[in-house]
Amino acid sequence: MRSIRAAAVGAVTMSLALAASACGGGSSTEGGSNDSPKTLTYWASNQGASVEIDKKVLQPELDKFKKQTGIEVKVEVVPWSDLLNRILTAATSGQGPDVLNIGNTWSASLQATGALLPWDAKNFEAIGGKDRFVDSALGSTGAEGKDPAAVPLYSMAYALYYNKKMFADAGIAQPPATWAEFVEDGKKLSKGGKWALGVEGANPSENIHHAVVFAKQHGGDFFTADGKPDFTNDGAVAGVKEFVDLMAKNKVIAPGNAEYAQNQSVSDFAKGKTAMLLWQSASANLKSQGMSEDSFGIAPVPVQSGTPGTGTGVNSMVMGINMAVFKNSDNLDGAKKFVKFMTSDAEQKILNTAYSSIPPVKDAQSDAAFNTAANGVLKNTLATSAVAAPQVADESQFETAVGTAIKGLFADAAAGRAVTTESVKAALEKAQAQMPAA
Amino acid sequence: MTSTVELPVNKGESGETAARGPRRRAAGRIRRVGLPYLLLLPALILELLVHLVPMVIGIVMSFKELTQFYIRDWGAAPWAGLDNFRVSVDFDAPVGEALLHSFFVTIAFTLLSVGLCWLIGTTAAICMQDTFRGRGLLRALFLVPYALPVYAAVITWVFMFQHDNGLVNHVLHDQLGLTDKPSFWLIGDNSFIALLVVSVWKGWPFAFLIVMAGLQNIPRELYEAAALDGAGMWQQIRRITLPSLSAVNQVLILVLFLWTFNDFNTPYVLFGKSAPEAADLISVHIYQASFVTWNFGTGSAMSVLLLLFLLLVTGVYLALTSRGRRASRA
Repeated sequence: MRSIRAAAVGAVTMSLALAASACGGGSSTEGGSNDSPKTLTYWASNQGASVEIDKKVLQPELDKFKKQTGIEVKVEVVPWSDLLNRILTAATSGQGPDVLNIGNTWSASLQATGALLPWDAKNFEAIGGKDRFVDSALGSTGAEGKDPAAVPLYSMAYALYYNKKMFADAGIAQPPATWAEFVEDGKKLSKGGKWALGVEGANPSENIHHAVVFAKQHGGDFFTADGKPDFTNDGAVAGVKEFVDLMAKNKVIAPGNAEYAQNQSVSDFAKGKTAMLLWQSASANLKSQGMSEDSFGIAPVPVQSGTPGTGTGVNSMVMGINMAVFKNSDNLDGAKKFVKFMTSDAEQKILNTAYSSIPPVKDAQSDAAFNTAANGVLKNTLATSAVAAPQVADESQFETAVGTAIKGLFADAAAGRAVTTESVKAALEKAQAQMPAA
Repeated sequence: MTSTVELPVNKGESGETAARGPRRRAAGRIRRVGLPYLLLLPALILELLVHLVPMVIGIVMSFKELTQFYIRDWGAAPWAGLDNFRVSVDFDAPVGEALLHSFFVTIAFTLLSVGLCWLIGTTAAICMQDTFRGRGLLRALFLVPYALPVYAAVITWVFMFQHDNGLVNHVLHDQLGLTDKPSFWLIGDNSFIALLVVSVWKGWPFAFLIVMAGLQNIPRELYEAAALDGAGMWQQIRRITLPSLSAVNQVLILVLFLWTFNDFNTPYVLFGKSAPEAADLISVHIYQASFVTWNFGTGSAMSVLLLLFLLLVTGVYLALTSRGRRASRA
């Protein structure tokens, strides 16, 4: 009898404990506070060749920050494939990090959740003012007319990486400046099991970066001026077709690239399997894969004709990483101090050198370290011929819908099925119909 | 801790005690009847928290216009009435059409996968019924796919299915010359076959395990008697083994059906968040609607529709199988 009583008491106690613990979770500090002034949690995006390399780059800087302010930063490097979902979960539960990195193309989408601290004049003042940042980088921090949802941290641009030896072997003196030259050179390079270009055909995000640029070069945009999806205009269709045709019609991309989604194209380039790569800030990654710095060159991404510039001379999106503060942070002042530290001139030089990116902070950008021939191409692209990703709340959906459509078109090309203007238009039409605002 | 539970005490035959006797007996009866429920309470509360509350929240979300604009405070999202359901079942419009396509892909995939898992598992279990040298080792080997972590197992298949360096193309094309050129398995139409292969590979050991357990309960005398009567192996399987496994198979097939229909890990690890059309299973499709396009209301409506479908299938299946059992008893 005693054991039955004990069991009954145990059962009731456990039930009450379960109910209490269920009710106890989820409390969050709406609007942020300074309740935990001595610690910060930081989700860093995976920038280097691996999560471990990122930790090695970041930890000494975080130790420096602790020495200066007494605030300990607990860093977690989050792989790209997980980052957006992690941020989304944090936004839903209100239980996120204090500071986080976001892909700059997501700025407007994440801004719409209301989970990120708006960077109004006062907050910008706390980190030294808005004027410290390059305009093109600020253009990718949130929707127009609203306070930015994040602060630029690393800037990147697409460039054409080319293998000098393969070019010399094929008798090509200089990298192609137009797509016509590119195809001509590409045919010379695509021989004997080697190919001219590597792409990530099954990676929706990579696909849309190129699609936006190709569309711009054909005078098209994927969104109307008032932010409505417009995926089937002539410029967008022609741009996507020209990109996929590099595999389907011109045969300068190996069909196997249609299933690449894990940066295999970077490895192929590093191993000399492909002669060219359209990538952003790849130098550090290529070096870590054993490719010596003098074996590859960096040139601007080709355009239709003439030289890169505004309008149809656009040859990159403004790529990069922004730093955001979670609105619910328990250490808002500390978070702003940390953003100020990471965007300081000194840290910008250290971090952007480590990641072979370009500082979005004007004073740091003028440092000699970023004036090499390679960095000159990226800087010039950012300054003159790069456009911001569509700054609309549905940008994240656009990446998936259009990127997946292009993935399907690459699959068709790889299987030897025709890729026509009609099939491209049909794929984009379907993508547009999947958009929530459609 | 002091106990509030009173134990029956014999206090003699005084009038007061006699009057309290029936009350005490009633209290004792309540305690006896209530105790099992009390002991069940932790499980009931857990069930409530882990299953029922999220399910109710999901149903409520399906009636809301829930996008990224309201994700921080989903309670404030405007009511959408039946709009999310209308969009999901409007098969002439892209969202409904894609959902219907995904549903048919999932049905075909589930039927084939469950059928093959059951067939391979049952065959293997029957072959393992008689003792022979090395049976223990083989049994253990058969269970390896079931014991491996899903992610590790499926990612290995991803490597094997790769177009340029994968083992599958190496064997089929380079070594056996069965295909004209290396095939694509992770994109295009073949992705359905790749998905099916991985699903059956990791699913059949479960069928093997369950059928093997079921076979232990069939008396050996039945087979001996049948053999004496001249029944061959196939007749023994048809007349003794399969009917005796009927109850086990009913549960096995239902469980395999539900697991396979809802399988998320296999397609997600194989193809990522945007599966090829030919292998667009409904679980990933709903995930995409909810967490990739951030249309949580529509995603929830699709989940509710899926839940209703599975409840219907399970109900019909259980009704049919229990009728079958009653008929066989009669």
